[in-house]
Amino acid sequence: MPSNDAIVVKNLKKSYGKNSVLKGLNLTVKRGTMVALLGPNGAGKTTTVRIMSTLLNFDGGSVSIEGNDVKSDPEAVKSMIGLTGQSAAVDEILTGRENLIMMGQLYRLTKKSAVARADELLREFDLVKAGGRSVKTYSGGMRRRLDLAVSLIATPPVIFLDEPTTGLDPRSRLAMWAIINQLKAEGKTILLTTQYLEEADQLADNIVVIDGGKVIAEGTAKELKAKVGRDRLELTFAKESQLKDAVKALGKSVIDNDGRELTVTVMIADTNKDVKAALTSLEKAKIPIASMAIHKPTLDDVFLSLTGKTKKSAAPKAKKGKK
Amino acid sequence: MDSKSTVKLEFSKQPKPLLAIKDSLLMVKRSSTHIIRNRDQLIGTFFQPIMFLVLFTAVFNAVGLALPKGIDYLSFLMAGIIVQTVAFGSTTTSIAVANDLQRGIVDRFKSLPMSNLAVLNGHVISDVFRNGISTIVMLLTGLLFGFRPNASFSEWLVIIGILVIFTLAFSWLSAIMGVLAGSVEGVQWMSFLIVFPLTFASGAFAPTDSLASWIRPFAENQPITHVIEAIRSMMIGTPIGDHGWLALVWSIGIIVVCMPVAAYLFRKKTIKV
Repeated sequence: MPSNDAIVVKNLKKSYGKNSVLKGLNLTVKRGTMVALLGPNGAGKTTTVRIMSTLLNFDGGSVSIEGNDVKSDPEAVKSMIGLTGQSAAVDEILTGRENLIMMGQLYRLTKKSAVARADELLREFDLVKAGGRSVKTYSGGMRRRLDLAVSLIATPPVIFLDEPTTGLDPRSRLAMWAIINQLKAEGKTILLTTQYLEEADQLADNIVVIDGGKVIAEGTAKELKAKVGRDRLELTFAKESQLKDAVKALGKSVIDNDGRELTVTVMIADTNKDVKAALTSLEKAKIPIASMAIHKPTLDDVFLSLTGKTKKSAAPKAKKGKK
Repeated sequence: MDSKSTVKLEFSKQPKPLLAIKDSLLMVKRSSTHIIRNRDQLIGTFFQPIMFLVLFTAVFNAVGLALPKGIDYLSFLMAGIIVQTVAFGSTTTSIAVANDLQRGIVDRFKSLPMSNLAVLNGHVISDVFRNGISTIVMLLTGLLFGFRPNASFSEWLVIIGILVIFTLAFSWLSAIMGVLAGSVEGVQWMSFLIVFPLTFASGAFAPTDSLASWIRPFAENQPITHVIEAIRSMMIGTPIGDHGWLALVWSIGIIVVCMPVAAYLFRKKTIKV
């Protein structure tokens, strides 16, 4: 292998007619790491993944997967990658086990290997019981798990996960996260796309934020959040006099106090230390708290701070990103 | 390749053409499983031919058509209704192709190192099996109602050959309709516009020379009529004329044209927009 980079995307361009979807996207994923491509609907996440997995042509730039160029050697790329898309790419009528065996054979595994590997994956993905049932009867979470299992059948070193948890209920999402973390622990190179900051935060080593077909920021979750603004502690009081006392007691860490709602907002850098400090100072001043909440920066905050606009889909409920 | 799998994976190292055939066989297995597990379709496979045979015999017998001497309507109808059922039945291929295109599974197949034609091969070939079952059911029903064919053993082999080639031809045509229609609803009107006139404006239900004069030139020269007349004459022992070779030429011609067109359209529709 030429370098430590499993995925290298350079100046990638793609348009549909006059509509330019990717405007010179650059991306590098080190072997054995997980990178999250974070962005709102229409940012170009799925287009990027489809290009990287040979499903889509592109107009300019280059993409190489484990040293293989997507354009000149798509067959080599196909043998390196596993793809799990937004809609589960499995056969509805076949059973889960039949799907795995068939796809294994299409990946050129011998029948014997395909069967053994199918049974192993059904165990790993908690689908042993469901394995004999038609996929039609599966829940959304089971479908996604099966879909992911199918993409792993020939143990590819590079895995693309296109919004693997979109539309899943919280429990299925957690199960999916556990599996993804397991894959990471096994040393796979993973590129994940998501609309959820929390998901990128939980799973990825590195986050690349894209919007309008370009990378607008990248870094670890911590670095991005530092750019975006930190966690905020919101304290609400019963009386206006208490609010005034609290603002005094908390001193310069207060970033906002809303007279009408009797709430003060405190910026916190270290959840443990700063929250404790704030509560201690209120206790010393004998000011009772009516309620409190910690707010994490949301994707809206990221976009507000990086692009100066809220993401299109959630504009009405967007949080006011106070600085 | 990195592998945390405890299973030792072995890859087939056969030459490419052999692997392509294996892909197609896997897809035939998949499509056949679909047919077997789709209960509605299976019921259609068995009962539609019986229904058609009984109803058409009952209705048209009453009309009293000018049939060749000494031929009862059931014997006349048999070949027509078999071919009509095959033509209608091949719509299954259109629906299967359209269904695949609407689902994410096409992406999966595309990301695999498999041959592209295999998916279509699977649908088309399994359709031949399904139509074979329909044909056998129909023949048995016919026998039950008094149909007494007098084809020799070798004539039966030719009949089977023509039917298989004709089914393949129509299934490839249907594959094109499936790709173009892109949805099950689209398939329905498309097959209505194409298959319906082809089967009814033919010698299937009445001798072509008894049809209205404006439709006769079409009915006498279109492929379905040749296929029907070829099979009919062998079954009831009338002279086959030019119908035999014309049936084969038409069917093979349709395959030669439709197969690459279907493959091309399928690829175009699925890959690299």
